[in-house]
Amino acid sequence: MSLIVIENVKKSYGNNAVLRGIDLEINPGEVVAIIGKSGSGKSTLLRCINGLETIDEGLISVGDVLLGRSERELRELRLRVGMIFQQFNLFPHLSVGRNVMISPIIVKGAKEQQAREIAQQNLTRVGLAEKFDSYPDQLSGGQQQRVAIARALSMQPKALLCDEITSALDPELVNEVLGVVRKLATEGMTLVMVTHEMRFAREVCDRVVFMHQGRVHEIGPPEEFFSKPKTPELQQFLGMVSV
Amino acid sequence: MIGFTIWDIVRNLLLALRWTVALSLLSFLMGGTLGIVLLFMRNSRYRILRDIIRVYIEVFQGTPLLMQLFLVFFGIALFGIEVPAWLAAGVALTLWSASFLAEIWRGCVDAIPRGQWEASACLAMNRFQQMRHIVLPQALRIAIPPTVGFGVQIIKGTAVTSIIGFVELSKAGTIITNATFQPFIVFGLVGLMYFVLCWPLSKYSQFLERKFNVAHRH
Amino acid sequence: MIYQFDFSSILEYAKVLEQGVLMTIRLIVIGGVAGVSLGIFGAWARTQGPRWLKPIISAYVELIRNTPFLVQLFFIFFGLPSIGVTITELQAAIIAMVINLGAYSTEIIRAGVSAIARGQIEAALSLSMTRLQVFRYVILRPALQKVWPALSSQIVIVMLGSSICSQISVEELSFAANFIQSRNFRAFEAYLVTTLIYLIMAILLRQILHYIGRRFVFHRPSIVAPKSIAILKGGQA
Repeated sequence: MSLIVIENVKKSYGNNAVLRGIDLEINPGEVVAIIGKSGSGKSTLLRCINGLETIDEGLISVGDVLLGRSERELRELRLRVGMIFQQFNLFPHLSVGRNVMISPIIVKGAKEQQAREIAQQNLTRVGLAEKFDSYPDQLSGGQQQRVAIARALSMQPKALLCDEITSALDPELVNEVLGVVRKLATEGMTLVMVTHEMRFAREVCDRVVFMHQGRVHEIGPPEEFFSKPKTPELQQFLGMVSV
Repeated sequence: MIGFTIWDIVRNLLLALRWTVALSLLSFLMGGTLGIVLLFMRNSRYRILRDIIRVYIEVFQGTPLLMQLFLVFFGIALFGIEVPAWLAAGVALTLWSASFLAEIWRGCVDAIPRGQWEASACLAMNRFQQMRHIVLPQALRIAIPPTVGFGVQIIKGTAVTSIIGFVELSKAGTIITNATFQPFIVFGLVGLMYFVLCWPLSKYSQFLERKFNVAHRH
Repeated sequence: MIYQFDFSSILEYAKVLEQGVLMTIRLIVIGGVAGVSLGIFGAWARTQGPRWLKPIISAYVELIRNTPFLVQLFFIFFGLPSIGVTITELQAAIIAMVINLGAYSTEIIRAGVSAIARGQIEAALSLSMTRLQVFRYVILRPALQKVWPALSSQIVIVMLGSSICSQISVEELSFAANFIQSRNFRAFEAYLVTTLIYLIMAILLRQILHYIGRRFVFHRPSIVAPKSIAILKGGQA
């Protein structure tokens, strides 16, 4: 039974068709990478899944919740799927601990003490337990992104959407973040990752999706995908990008 | 009881409106001139001059315009001179607006990159020449939107001069209210007239600001 | 003939001046708190409020910002009773100041809200917060941080503007000055002393607002702060 179902999703910005009919199903515990050139629609697709972008046609569901239009329906959906951003987007006026605690408290009504414990657990999970009282601007990029992951995890989502989460990081910090993601994958978290990190995709993902001009152009397990690309577009893309 | 029509009221208000506009223009021009003088003095090499101007600006920005008006009015009277309301109003508004304009323009001058100062200094210009030929012309462009915006403040500031008896729009409103006992309509119309004067200027200032912001992105 | 300054005659009326100062303080404290609160509401309404509310708030802001405070005050104090609303001088003064500061604050705070990076809002939405929660916990405090200097300036301007309330017989500081000079005919001295008092008050008010900013707006507690802190603090349960 699929966790995330994307059926015939279409989206245009004015005359520009960004998604031209996407069909994709993601199973619980699967780690799926989405790769492609800029403009292929990969980030847009990800942002449609949790409703940050609206779709013109088609259907998206996460677990038992169908993507709706109203704010309430969107919030229902967002309880089940979290997102990590390229720019981290931590709340600068809150400490690391409060960044992680705030949503469980105000959205799910958790008690302060309870939220604190969950926050501590998740910060430990990402290796930043000692930074609980620090502020985002005191942390490195890699640390901030790990806090962002802990923050999303505190909502106990069924899946995580990762939108180029290492693209804004200095190279030496990329690995600490990917290490956390790898750990989450082995723990069974469902992950949908838009990424340029081909090596990571190859090693950790169950399937890789190649998007081209608004469609799923090729899809398959990494062993086949990277060594035997079927379509010329993917061959060209992989030739452009080192694996 | 004489009946007053709305048109009677409007007509008399419009007559007084002339004086609001006149006072505003006078204050803007005189205040602007004084403001430039203050600006040059602010940038002076002499510490004492800079401090005097700083105090001047602090005082005029940190005290009510009404008090400044009274001080000018009664201050000039101390010398035995009968000071007409319009003169006191003009002097007070000039001094007041000069302090704000000098600050606004100082901000614009500060926005000019140091490199401009350095380059012109290397060409052996003195401070005055640097300001006049290199910095001010560039600062002028940036200065237009907030200066136009301050024009709105001056127009609103003229309302206070009604208190010392200068018959501009607000004073006319008070007089007419006393005659017609229709404060709601009269002051409503007064407000409307100020709005008609100020709002286009405000919008123009915003338009200019957007235009310059776009132009700034090279 | 040299004019003889006589400041001692002013000091005889120190009590009157004191009453005036207290009233001015009263006006700006009530006006300031209510005005800024109205500004927060206005900024929220303009950015996230229901569609029908936005033009009303915009019209209100444009109207107030393009008319003199004097006219607003007179309209409220003289105009309202003529259509049946009874109102005291003090009520009129406070209402006028609140409406005035509210309009300017709305615009100032709205600018701060607009400057909040979209990513912040998206992150908060992705955490399933409601729009109101996003405003309250993620947008408001950073917005206030950005505009606190401008907002403080405006509050000082309104405090200085309260001098106009003397014209409707509110017994604040300017009224005290008028009163004194009508008794001892020392107009220049009276207004000079009063002006100095205003200057001191303006400087003090700026300091106080700066302190409030440091304490409540920019405040960064290292432990979870007690619940009694003002609503301005975001992130508290």
